[in-house]
Amino acid sequence: MSISTEKRPPTVLMKGIVKRFPGVVANQEIDFRILRGEIHSLLGENGAGKTTLMNLLSGVYQPDVGEIYVDGQQVSFRSPRDALDHGIGMIHQHFQLVNNFTVAENIVLGMPGPIHLDLAITEKTVDDLSSRYGLAIDGRARIWELSVGEQQRVEILRMLYRNIDVLIMDEPTAVLAPQEIERLFAVMRLIKNEGRSVVFITHKLEEVLEVSDYITVLRRGKVMSTVRPEKVKGKDRAVSRELARMMVGREVILEVGKESCKTDRPLLSVERVSVRGDRGELAVKDVSFSVKVGEIFAILGVAGNGQRELVEALVGLRSMESGQVLLENGDIIAGLERVAYIPEDRKGRGCLPDMPLLENFALTRREQFTVGPLMRWKTVAEKARQCIWDFNIAAPSISMKARQLSGGNLQKLILAREFSQKPFLLIAEQPTRGLDIGATEEIWKAILHQRQKGGILLVSGDLKEALSLADNILVIFRGQVMDIISCEDEDGIADIGPLMAGVRRKR
Amino acid sequence: MRVGLKKRLRPLNWSRYLLIPASILMALFLGALLFLYVGVNPTRAYLEMCKGAFGSFYNFSEVLVRATPLILCGLSVGLAGKMLIWNIGAEGQLVIGGIAGSGVALFLSSHIPPPLVIPAMLAAGFLGGACWGLIPGLLKARLHVNEIITSLLLNYVAIMWLEHLYFGPWRDPAGRGFPGTAMLPDGAWFPRFWGTRIHLGLLIGLGAAALIWFLLSYMRWGYEIRVIGANLQAARYARINITRNILWVMAISGGLAGLAGICETAGIHYRLQQGLAVGNGYVGIVVAWLGKLRPGAIVLISILLGGLMVGGDQVQITLHVPSAISLVLQGAILFCVLGGQIFQEYELHVQHGKR
Amino acid sequence: MESAVILIAKITIASSMAVLYATIGEIFAERSGVLNLGVEGMMLIGALTAFATTESFQSLWVGTLAAMLTGGVFALIHGFFAITLRVNQVVSGLALTLFGIGLSDFLGRPFIGKVSLKFEPFGLFPLDKIPVVGQVFFIQSALVYPAYLLVPLAYIFLFKTRYGLQLRAVGENPSAADTVGISVFATRYLYTFIGGALAGLGGAYLSLSYTPGWKEQMSGGQGWIAIALVIFAMWDPLKAAGGALLFGFINAFQFYCQAAGLTVIPSYILRMLPYLFTIGVLAVITHWKAAKKRVGAPEALGIPFEREQ
Repeated sequence: MSISTEKRPPTVLMKGIVKRFPGVVANQEIDFRILRGEIHSLLGENGAGKTTLMNLLSGVYQPDVGEIYVDGQQVSFRSPRDALDHGIGMIHQHFQLVNNFTVAENIVLGMPGPIHLDLAITEKTVDDLSSRYGLAIDGRARIWELSVGEQQRVEILRMLYRNIDVLIMDEPTAVLAPQEIERLFAVMRLIKNEGRSVVFITHKLEEVLEVSDYITVLRRGKVMSTVRPEKVKGKDRAVSRELARMMVGREVILEVGKESCKTDRPLLSVERVSVRGDRGELAVKDVSFSVKVGEIFAILGVAGNGQRELVEALVGLRSMESGQVLLENGDIIAGLERVAYIPEDRKGRGCLPDMPLLENFALTRREQFTVGPLMRWKTVAEKARQCIWDFNIAAPSISMKARQLSGGNLQKLILAREFSQKPFLLIAEQPTRGLDIGATEEIWKAILHQRQKGGILLVSGDLKEALSLADNILVIFRGQVMDIISCEDEDGIADIGPLMAGVRRKR
Repeated sequence: MRVGLKKRLRPLNWSRYLLIPASILMALFLGALLFLYVGVNPTRAYLEMCKGAFGSFYNFSEVLVRATPLILCGLSVGLAGKMLIWNIGAEGQLVIGGIAGSGVALFLSSHIPPPLVIPAMLAAGFLGGACWGLIPGLLKARLHVNEIITSLLLNYVAIMWLEHLYFGPWRDPAGRGFPGTAMLPDGAWFPRFWGTRIHLGLLIGLGAAALIWFLLSYMRWGYEIRVIGANLQAARYARINITRNILWVMAISGGLAGLAGICETAGIHYRLQQGLAVGNGYVGIVVAWLGKLRPGAIVLISILLGGLMVGGDQVQITLHVPSAISLVLQGAILFCVLGGQIFQEYELHVQHGKR
Repeated sequence: MESAVILIAKITIASSMAVLYATIGEIFAERSGVLNLGVEGMMLIGALTAFATTESFQSLWVGTLAAMLTGGVFALIHGFFAITLRVNQVVSGLALTLFGIGLSDFLGRPFIGKVSLKFEPFGLFPLDKIPVVGQVFFIQSALVYPAYLLVPLAYIFLFKTRYGLQLRAVGENPSAADTVGISVFATRYLYTFIGGALAGLGGAYLSLSYTPGWKEQMSGGQGWIAIALVIFAMWDPLKAAGGALLFGFINAFQFYCQAAGLTVIPSYILRMLPYLFTIGVLAVITHWKAAKKRVGAPEALGIPFEREQ
């Protein structure tokens, strides 16, 4: 299959788009256009409507009001397949790949052809495309064997195999290390130079400025403006202020006051810990670090580099292969009631979505509410109401179900629950993932306030978050400690990006 | 024009209480078709069923008798269901409970002080069922084997063992027509009340329902069970011991069904015989699910389905329609309730032509 | 007189057919992501339909086809609830089983004890002349021979064709399949139907060939054994054949012992063997797979599909 580069200019025009869901208008009267050979970014907070708009374009939904034109012709996409047939394809945040299949099988899936499946031809084409665009993917590999970054490249390959003209990518950089992000941008530019178009959905301001030809900012379902990056670039870091203001509607400077309260008293001591992952391989290799009372210690790394397994070992949910962990000079397992753990998967692990807030509140605090074999629900209710008030959680009643809370409020509830145990050590995994700026600010302030009572181990994939909150940052890659950098070490900080991608600095 | 299901803006709540009655009506309608097919007037058939079930005090007492094992089996399946464990083996656990309790009555009762005979039988019935329930429980907890299939296959094994016993080593020496063991000694017969066949088993069933309700609502263990059923990951995160709970719950679940077995044996038949395994364990699944795993609702639904089955027997006698009609109606009710639930969350959505 | 070995082998084949058809059918359904626990019900409906239709039309093949059709339609009831209405598939499947048992009990009354046409074993010339193998495999009833083709064809279809790939994709990640234009609903309905049709065929085999006639609940749990065998076979038709043969062998062994008057193992334990064996096999396979960490179930099995809202 050859990829032709002389195609008619794919223009996409969306006019007057309105899309409603139960309880919310996701897109209000949106006009949006894409030109040939451009990278057009859709910028906005979570819930602004960016994904919905592109879902409409890629055929997942149909608009309630409005028209879509491709190359001047009005179209109505009934399904993603329709859109693909018109040259429009979308790569979602959750990849649409079959884990047990090989790359070639995933790519050839749904393509017309003879009944007998000859994968060799597909594998050859995959190899060709892969080298042409610098994607480095082996057609014979199974998806579950690939890293997240590689899986994303398989998705891109699949779109290129189908010769799409418009490639939409939804938050592609959320799962990538800085080096991989650069590589992605290079691929995007290559695609653009062939006359195709790329729509880049994101909420990250810096990336948008780096790679876009045009930026459209959405807020609460409406288009705020469409600009070229040069217009909003400035000479200093205050650059993004303009865009941030458009995104959020007010001046948002995401900085929180941080004075160090670090003491010298030992809180947590992790010595030469190794942990096995789900597939039997060593997910954590020989990791050592220590946290002092009053300190916020960050473990920074792209998701999937062993952080989850390490934390599970610390709280006793997974056994350690070797090494030891001490909580203030005693074995941590013995002192677990002084440890609070906020898991990254708040809907999956951290709460009970279909049960009332009341019962969610008691989840990790059962001992404190028990008299003999009985639960004192009245006491739980009192404490719960208290915490809802203290943490300013928007919850009208404690009998509402947890899944009815917004992401930010749910996270605050979990925080409140764990904080109210007055833990000595708090382990927080990706506490602000998926939250908008307002909620992130609140969570950061709460965490900073908490460290006065003990110490905090923060696990994050967001460099900004780590820099804003932590005293020390441990960069983890493939289960190993790349380096531990103090937040006052400016040279060290500059190296963090490469470290996260596995590139050790030269000394 | 396209017809599809679209999620409602707000789920219908008022319909929740109408759902079961509406589904029952729908199922009755389907049953009517079946009656017509075999040449019977559906209205007359249903009237006969109602008369048979609720027409008199004695008839209603028969409904309660029929409901007794259903309550216990329903609780059995329901408790396990709260932890998302499907106990399809209630039928076999019931049988083993009957075997264990009868064994005590037939062979050990002479060695036990008279007032303790019935308690001993109950304990044996419970323990027997508990052990039988522990087999799939262990397989699930330790080896992660799917409990639906293991518990179900054990039903067949239990029934075969039962048949072996009453055709073989425990065969009634007096050789009564109906296959079974000798009659249980007098001291082992469960007391009956009010001149009807309502026996101790009903009280045990109602008591068990109250206990289970209390366990789930007010006890810490009950809360932990519900958490496991609500979100397994969260339960692990909250450091609830999953394995231990699977074993305990399957044991109690099996024990409840085992109680049903000994209660039927010592309350109605007064011997271990063919006719112990008539499907109570399976109907228990229907009861538990229709009752949304709530003890109070389980009791009510048991009575309802008991009425259905008594009515079915009645209709077989008077109109010569096979009593299997009640099984068909149960399946139909289940389907209708399943289908009806959808309409709380979704509505029918008709799209006309192109935009 | 045939040797004991050949006799046992022949009975093994004959005893495994009903379960084999049902298992292959359920593999297809589950590969598309639909868990259908109503196999026992579908087999019974198939068995009754086959017998009743054969009796009315005095034709064995009409009866067989009717059984397959009815089994398929019956499965579609569950399919409707599971696929379109997205209900809990375990409950829906159990409801189907209850429905099937009850309906077949109810409608089957007039047919109990009746005698009608049946498939007699015959030799498939010239294959039946091969020593040993020919005697065992090629002197069987007409409903056995299709299985010899079905198993390898099912395997090839599933793993070597474009449509097999699509089927598997729907069961693993329906969202991914939907994105590339495969109709998840249509695929699931189709293979649910096929699953029911094959279960119906298994039932027809029982009432027209293996134990000719109709009796309530004559499948005796083989529908459930089929569901277990699907897991044992790791959703692979070839392994399913192996599992079915093992099951058939246990049955044949039990028959032989009883017929030959061997009382070393009491008869009631012999009759329990197939069920205990299935449990044991299931336990071993599940444990082994859990240790291997790569379980073979289609990832989306039992999970209803809905385009993300």
